[in-house]
Amino acid sequence: MFVRGLKRKCFDGEEDIEGTLAGIKAIPSYNLQRQSLLDMSLVKLQLCHMLVEPNLCRSVLIANTVRQIQEEMTQDGTWQMINTQSTGQASLDRLVSTDILCRSSREQAEGKHVPGYTTFNKDFEGDQAQDSSETMSTAPSVQVPRNLQSNVWEMENPQENKGNFQKSLDQIFETLENKTPNSVEDLFSEVDNSYYDLDTMLTGMMSNSKMGHCDGLETFSSPTATASNSNCKSDLNELDHIVEILVES
Amino acid sequence: QNKSRPHSRGEYNVYSTFQSHEPEFDYLKSLEIEEKINKIRWLPQQNAAHFLLSTNDKTIKLWKISERDKRAEGYNLKDEDGRLRDPFRITALRVPILKPMDLMVEASPRRIFANAHTYHINSISVNSDHETYLSADDLRINLWHLEITDRSFNIVDIKPANMEELTEVITAAEFHPHHCNVFVYSSSKGTIRLCDMRSSALCDRHSKFFEEPEDPSSRSFFSEIISSISDVKFSHSGRYMMTRDYLSVKVWDLNMENRPVETYQVHEYLRSKLCSLYENDCIFDKFECCWNGSDSAIMTGSYNNFFRMFDRNTRRDITLEASRESSKPRAILKPRKVCTGGKRKKDEISVDSLDFNKKILHTAWHPMENIIAVAATNNLYIFQDKIN
Repeated sequence: MFVRGLKRKCFDGEEDIEGTLAGIKAIPSYNLQRQSLLDMSLVKLQLCHMLVEPNLCRSVLIANTVRQIQEEMTQDGTWQMINTQSTGQASLDRLVSTDILCRSSREQAEGKHVPGYTTFNKDFEGDQAQDSSETMSTAPSVQVPRNLQSNVWEMENPQENKGNFQKSLDQIFETLENKTPNSVEDLFSEVDNSYYDLDTMLTGMMSNSKMGHCDGLETFSSPTATASNSNCKSDLNELDHIVEILVES
Repeated sequence: QNKSRPHSRGEYNVYSTFQSHEPEFDYLKSLEIEEKINKIRWLPQQNAAHFLLSTNDKTIKLWKISERDKRAEGYNLKDEDGRLRDPFRITALRVPILKPMDLMVEASPRRIFANAHTYHINSISVNSDHETYLSADDLRINLWHLEITDRSFNIVDIKPANMEELTEVITAAEFHPHHCNVFVYSSSKGTIRLCDMRSSALCDRHSKFFEEPEDPSSRSFFSEIISSISDVKFSHSGRYMMTRDYLSVKVWDLNMENRPVETYQVHEYLRSKLCSLYENDCIFDKFECCWNGSDSAIMTGSYNNFFRMFDRNTRRDITLEASRESSKPRAILKPRKVCTGGKRKKDEISVDSLDFNKKILHTAWHPMENIIAVAATNNLYIFQDKIN
């Protein structure tokens, strides 16, 4: 049935457990399911950026899903909990360890579905959370009322990870926005063209081989890193370093 | 097949093939613009030639398709090979006569409407005035005159000042079939806005707003995604419009904004599989829908090369398959059924056996006959009502 051929363990049995244990067991599994959906969504957003312009509708829908999860987690109070738990760190580490981020955009562009994503899922295969995510959509009892204001999204929160999370979504939209001529012009308004070949610079700028460093954590926390085309052209690394300095200023 | 015999044996040959768009490279953004065609719309026929608009992500083209089945013979100034005759050799004048020749179909680009869309074009719609048309991308809708290619008017703009605040995009747009000042556009949040171009130049304020209230009992993290409308089509009568979201087709009465008048489930059995469909991106598939000529039936596609038809009057529905195995020429299609749970009956197919790579996104119904065209990946099927 599944395009990527991922086999899932049936998690339905666990929820049929009788007694008071049922309530206690259901909630952590829901949290894990929700967390894995969040991770999956964030990876999808990262993988949006290919040689061909990303599908804006898809990106917006995924970003909205991420916001919903984050809002619900904030209301639950589990957002802070996840940050300190190993699962929270582990999910970021998993992102770091996959080779998706190192993949060239050409490889990603081939085929409608990103092959690297299968690798990512295999990392999850042993994780219970992934198995039970299929039943998550039919768990009505733990749902948050819909009228939760999006103000929650913007409210001040000292949590560093939340700030990074906000930033990562913002970066993604900035990237989508930055693919317009105006911002590129602004970016280059201070550059003296006599130093660089403009074509090479434009190619290097957009491909952002920074991703070749395979540092997903850095992507999340750095305010300048954009998850655009991950061409791992080693001969443009130096140019990108220079451009990175320009962008940060 | 000669098109002057519409009720012939039902076999079709390719009429014409041409390359509409080529891949381009946007050097400023360092991105490729695919040649993939997103939408095709016919213009109403005004003479012997056919005109159509085709669009990729960024550029719309007007094509003229004309036939040539006669050629002139017996010119005075040139001979049959086309070489000029020596004027001194011409001793008599003759009138060239038209002789039949093998049918030749020519497609020539007549207009190119470019550089008006920053985002990906998802819809084009020809107006009932036959002079203007609209093109819609994720955030903007432009109005064009068919004769003017260097200018278009922006009539809808939902781009927020700060892109970080973007939560909704335009997914489809269409002109009303009779009122040339009215159009609708749908959104990724499952809403439809009807706009009147007479009210203001920029139609950011809608005249009507169609949205069905959400069912709180079926809410999940995927509710918004599956409510995103992938297609909107007015009925031929102009009184109704139909929207397609991921799991259903809804018919709306233009006079009632708070809920649709009819809802048809296309593949409700997928509701419990949404997480997997989100994972493999199938949940973002954009299915189209269409009306038959009399607006009594509607049709839309599904997975496993299945497509569905709903009769609005009898409330009967049918699932058919467009595949080589199940359609021998002139054979009657057998209804298909998906087994949703419990014991699978003979001839039923279980949900887990469905092939999600075989999706039917595009279907079309002949405006007057009961002939349908169904696109299944790289095959085109044409079906018609059995002739008694």
